[in-house]
Amino acid sequence: MSSSNQNSTHAPLFALVDVNNFYVSCERVFAPQLEKTPMVVLSNNDGCAVARSAEVKALGVKMGTPWFQMKDLAKQHGILACSSNYTLYHDMSQRVVEILRQFTPKLEVYSVDESFLQIESVLNAHESPTHLGSEIKQRIKQWTGLPVCVGIAPSKTLAKFANHLAKKNPSFNGVCDLSNMPKQDLYQWMSEVSAAEVWGIGRKIAKRLEGMGMHTVLDLVQVSPQMMRLQFGVVIERLCYELRGLSCLALEEVAPPKQQIIASRSFGKLVLSLEELAESVATHTARAAEKLREQTSLTSSISVFIQTNVFMRNEAQYSQSIQIPLAHPTDDTLVLTEMAIKGLKEIYQKGFRYKKAGVMLGLMTDKPLVQSSLFEDHLAKGKSVRLMKTLDSINTRYGAQALRVAATGTDQAWKMKSENVSPKYTSHWDQLPLVS
Amino acid sequence: MTQSTNQLLHQTSLSQVPQGLSGDLSVNETPLIMHPLSAGFPSPAADYAADGLDLNSYLIQNKPATFMFTVRGESMIVAGIHHGDKVVVDRALKPKHKDIVVAVVNGEYTIKRLYKYKGLVELRPENPDYPNITFSEGHELQIWGVVIGVVRRYSSHSSRV
Repeated sequence: MSSSNQNSTHAPLFALVDVNNFYVSCERVFAPQLEKTPMVVLSNNDGCAVARSAEVKALGVKMGTPWFQMKDLAKQHGILACSSNYTLYHDMSQRVVEILRQFTPKLEVYSVDESFLQIESVLNAHESPTHLGSEIKQRIKQWTGLPVCVGIAPSKTLAKFANHLAKKNPSFNGVCDLSNMPKQDLYQWMSEVSAAEVWGIGRKIAKRLEGMGMHTVLDLVQVSPQMMRLQFGVVIERLCYELRGLSCLALEEVAPPKQQIIASRSFGKLVLSLEELAESVATHTARAAEKLREQTSLTSSISVFIQTNVFMRNEAQYSQSIQIPLAHPTDDTLVLTEMAIKGLKEIYQKGFRYKKAGVMLGLMTDKPLVQSSLFEDHLAKGKSVRLMKTLDSINTRYGAQALRVAATGTDQAWKMKSENVSPKYTSHWDQLPLVS
Repeated sequence: MTQSTNQLLHQTSLSQVPQGLSGDLSVNETPLIMHPLSAGFPSPAADYAADGLDLNSYLIQNKPATFMFTVRGESMIVAGIHHGDKVVVDRALKPKHKDIVVAVVNGEYTIKRLYKYKGLVELRPENPDYPNITFSEGHELQIWGVVIGVVRRYSSHSSRV
């Protein structure tokens, strides 16, 4: 790997900035008394741990552990469980991205708590990549209260690896720059981390690698990429080059529109009746259609699915889905709701207690490219476009769900269970943090 | 629209449209006539249009670092900060002597004026009924952010004029 320094401005250099225990850290910014409390944030419907504080990780609790499985441990160690507060996390995430953009406009928001920055062109303003990394870390901590780690390297895959090292080894002080690290040290670190930790190596591939005697990141660097291509295909070949410090994956500055939109939730309490299921399906359809219009796509297929609680072994189990092709691509909530309810009636079986329902939109096309069909009623279509626009603007203004299709019902007894959710500290006037 | 301006529009449109394009259009389809035109003198103020007063830009200097709190109690009443007020807090500013700050004391938020001189660090209320908060040697004061503004809405129910 070529060790690039700040003077070689043309070789790409990437920084991966990742917030530590993001959801937990967001909760702590506004609840300073929880700074040392072992805590987890639970997924929608208070199901599984989706974020763990360092104290909880140290107890060996894995990501995704269902809450009911860790209740004893929680009692024993006083683990606090928060319901997820996505409104807050989204706001904090946007703040972090806004700050990162001040360092460089070349930025890829990879997930709610991770961004890639391409930094070789802004290095001349800083003593070294590590100094830049420290400044990023310090500014985000000061301005938002969130702790981050920064991994710096000549490829995105290596930057991910560098970030992993920064997280696991306090000696890096939260910033790990592999571009200036002596080869010997780099190989030492690589020999200590399992290949399964590499970005893009899934569980299946990790198993196959094991079988071939490749256990560590270093093994992946030393194997011939061409040989890996024959065994695993071009994606893993590219990954091997990336680990050697050759950038193959470019920054994706604009996220491509989603090819699928899924809207689903588990019910707070089990649901029996078709009416209640229909309310839920209609609500999900409305949400999915809103997302569809946001990305200016049309869909040609809507799927509906319902299922019982698989964790309840003594209960009768049933799960079914149905896909409904649409004659004309659409983004119309009314059309989609009508189809979704039709589909639900096809698959609904009486006598089961349902845990989850949802819809999925597929077969997307960009809106302007659609050819209008000879048989479409243009006048009706113009009305529908205006109606959907009005629907979205009213919901944006007065809060999601202000206007709804009547099928979504009004009491919504099935709504998500979130028993211990924190206030929306940054977005609602009546929920601001209190100071005395 | 008068007869004369109509004629004028026809003339200008034909002479100004590039040759190739004008050849494709019959005189009856001149596109300029398709939407209503106001033939009056353009407003001399149009260049000076502003978006009006934006309270966000008045109150906030650094958006990603700015948060709001609701004040409980009267400890800062002499500074003009009342129970129920919303305060604007900027985390990007370095707190200096005599700034009003939000600090974390015993795991709770408190709003006080910061005194920091000759090695002394104190948080002082602006209400004689409340005590100063002092920090002994080795006890670090954790400042959450600097208060840069206060917002109050009066709940009068007068009807509109």
